[in-house]
Amino acid sequence: MKDTNQEPIIALQGVHKFYGEYHALRGIDAEIGQGEFFSLLGPSGCGKTTLLRAIAGFEDISSGRILLDGRDVEGVPPNKRPTNMVFQSYAIFPHLSVAENVGFGLRKSGMSGSEKQTAVGQALEMVGLDGFGSRAAHALSGGQRQRVALARALILKPKVLLLDEPLSALDKKMREQMQTELRRLQRQVGITFILVTHDQEEALIMSDRIAVMFEGEIAQLAPPQALYRRPANRRVGEFIGMMNFLPARVIASGGATVEVEVPGLGRAALAPDQCPAGIGSEASIGLRPESLTLLFDGQSADRVAQGVVEEHTYYGDMTYYDVRLDGAPNTVSVSMRNMPGRRVLERGDRADLAWDARAMVLFG
Amino acid sequence: MRGLRIYAVAYLVFLYAPIVLLPLFAFNDGTIIAFPLQGFTFDWFIELTRTEALHDATVNSIFIAVTTAILATCFGLFAARAGNRHVFPAKGGILGFIMLPLVLPEIIVAVSLLVAMLQIGLTPSIWTVIAGHVLICTPFAIAILNGSFANMDQSLEEAAVDLGETPLSTFRLVTLPLVMPGIIASLLICFTISLDEFIIAFFLSGNEPTLPVYLWGQMRFPGRLPVIMALGTILVVLSIMLLITAEYFRRRGLRRAGLRDTGGFL
Amino acid sequence: MSQGARLRKALRTDAARGLSLVSPPLIYALLLLAAPLGTIFLFSFWTQDFLTIDRSFTLDNYREALTDPLYSELLFRSLRIAGAVTIVTVLLAFPIAYFVSFYVRPDRKSLWLFLITIPFWTSYLIRVFLWRVILAFDGPVNGSLVGLGLIDEPLSWILYNANAVVITLAHAFAPFAILPIFVSLEKIDRSLLEAARDLGESRVMTFLRVTLPLAMPGVLAAILIVFIPTIGDYVTPRLVGGSDGTMIANMIQVQFMRLNNAPLGATLAVIAMVSVTFIALALIFVTRRWTRSR
Repeated sequence: MKDTNQEPIIALQGVHKFYGEYHALRGIDAEIGQGEFFSLLGPSGCGKTTLLRAIAGFEDISSGRILLDGRDVEGVPPNKRPTNMVFQSYAIFPHLSVAENVGFGLRKSGMSGSEKQTAVGQALEMVGLDGFGSRAAHALSGGQRQRVALARALILKPKVLLLDEPLSALDKKMREQMQTELRRLQRQVGITFILVTHDQEEALIMSDRIAVMFEGEIAQLAPPQALYRRPANRRVGEFIGMMNFLPARVIASGGATVEVEVPGLGRAALAPDQCPAGIGSEASIGLRPESLTLLFDGQSADRVAQGVVEEHTYYGDMTYYDVRLDGAPNTVSVSMRNMPGRRVLERGDRADLAWDARAMVLFG
Repeated sequence: MRGLRIYAVAYLVFLYAPIVLLPLFAFNDGTIIAFPLQGFTFDWFIELTRTEALHDATVNSIFIAVTTAILATCFGLFAARAGNRHVFPAKGGILGFIMLPLVLPEIIVAVSLLVAMLQIGLTPSIWTVIAGHVLICTPFAIAILNGSFANMDQSLEEAAVDLGETPLSTFRLVTLPLVMPGIIASLLICFTISLDEFIIAFFLSGNEPTLPVYLWGQMRFPGRLPVIMALGTILVVLSIMLLITAEYFRRRGLRRAGLRDTGGFL
Repeated sequence: MSQGARLRKALRTDAARGLSLVSPPLIYALLLLAAPLGTIFLFSFWTQDFLTIDRSFTLDNYREALTDPLYSELLFRSLRIAGAVTIVTVLLAFPIAYFVSFYVRPDRKSLWLFLITIPFWTSYLIRVFLWRVILAFDGPVNGSLVGLGLIDEPLSWILYNANAVVITLAHAFAPFAILPIFVSLEKIDRSLLEAARDLGESRVMTFLRVTLPLAMPGVLAAILIVFIPTIGDYVTPRLVGGSDGTMIANMIQVQFMRLNNAPLGATLAVIAMVSVTFIALALIFVTRRWTRSR
């Protein structure tokens, strides 16, 4: 696993990339540790695939440095870098069998025929495809192709495995299955994985750390929990999961805590880590739907707000309520787990809400 | 609609009618090409085997056709790959210019090549014919190979490089096998075009005539008509077989890559 | 970055690689197409006396070609014949393209196309020769017509004139016309036709108001693909055209090979090319305006 004493396996220093006039990467600085499962997350066009391809060697960078295992890889072609890539389309060679695909990169390794066979067999076993060796590559399903692509890359024992949206072509069930598979595989093999995805759920499930990118810049680099609980700005907060935003007024900011007044909810004292963007005059706070709880008969809490239920949406395991708060212009989204016997509130019902000040984040 | 179907069949009959006559009169025991037929004979084919000039012309034609096919396919590979995988300035103009022979009347191409050659002091020969044929066959090669490259997933080559291959070995191990059906189709088609081509050969072949040029010379003699029929039968059968082979390879290529058939070369 | 590294980087760019890749065929085309065409153009301004070329600039050739009725009449006849061939071929081709696109099962379509194009891949020379044989005074067509009692005397107007040229060329260029029309018919979204029927149009009107306009790009392509090479055809007029059916290509060949007047031949070639280009551009322009105004 990640050892903080070791050198980072990848260091990105001031990386810029221009396509003509278009500024695709605007000064990327990051360090990725050995054995880490690292994700590049962002909407399409944010530059995450460009960055991945730059690390792989398929794109040149306009300025800055990329260091792989301490070495500057400027000018080093992809076939000489200690990285291997799983492409979005999987790029399985249709004219070769599965075994020939997996063993493709071993051609120059100097291994004997039987050594190669053994290695291929082990690689196939590792991804759960033993016995598939003689199958024709063009007759595989999407999930099988992906595993072949993984086996083909991992058999070469790269220092870093790069994955370009590997799960986007799979259907939901397959995707969920592969998410746990990839995580397990990474732990088993122990090398650094860098995953590019636009699916924030996927990134949260699989990663040790995530770099959220917007428009060629890293907005926040943090472990999933920190990203979720303490987003650095509104945009990150909105991108990861759901978040309610309410206008707030800063009352006092001198001491150890910052006091804010939120119309509709009340007052709260926030710790410094809850104010990532600093303190300005016009402020808003973010609160996740699960940090608001509907109180049913008899229940009480420290901080209670009141409102009227406008809508509810049923998701099977959860129900989301839209509640218009008294004294505030906003409607907040509240998520409640569906427990047997719990009452379902309807449109127009009045509701008491408990809210958790410790989960609040202040955006400057 | 019934009417259309009848029309379609009649149209096909119209298309094939002349060609069907070839074997009919090639085996006909009579020197006049007219009905009624007068009995079966191999005479005309046998006479073909005895004609020295015909043999020479055949050898010339085959040499020219093979060389043309190889050169045109190579040029086609370069151009198709450049067109499908790269973006460069004036790309449309450059590719359009290379494809220009497709829309130029052949007489213009033949005449301008002749004039240019004479100006430089070259004499018409087999190689001048090859030069002209490569010029008109390359656009066909490009058209066929464009399809092959377009059908090939671009990341396949990147994957090969990522796994340790050089660009050259990538071409050999990944690109070439996948483009091979297109290459074979291109070779066969360029060969067929060159074999059948008349007017450029007529202007540029000098003392070493090709088969069509030889045929042309024979056409003014009424007594030679049946022999021409026999020769024509052989040429047509050969062309059709080459074409069926080319189509077979095209379909096989699609199957190997697991793609759907969108209806033919062009 | 060092100078060397900068240069290496520039050479590695996509554009550089693309250009170097396309350079062999490009250079070949420049040498064998552009240069010779340029030479022809130059030749049209020179004169030839037996075997020596006088390179002084003159417009005499153009004057002669454009004023002497021998040449202008020939050029107009070539245009007329090419026009007739185009009209006949495209009109005959459209129903077949329509049939294959709309009435043939999808998995059979490429088979039909294949069958239609096979004759095209056999020797053009042989096919023209066969038409001469077929249309001959004592040939199969006349023989059958007389034999069936449909006519008393063999027809003489089907060979060695412009009619024979039109028939032969229409046969030769049929696939050229069918394929582009087929392609543009295939591209028509079938749900558009269903929508038109749903909105109350009859089948004929749907065809006229929806199918035909959408197929026009293919029809235009077919017209150009047939017209342009037809004008410059040599073999067909020579074999089946007699003296009334000769076309400009025959005269060009005569000037070069028999009359030793390469400059005049070149002039005729340039004039022919320019006329064709002009007509082609005019056709494209008119069709664009027509489709845009709808």
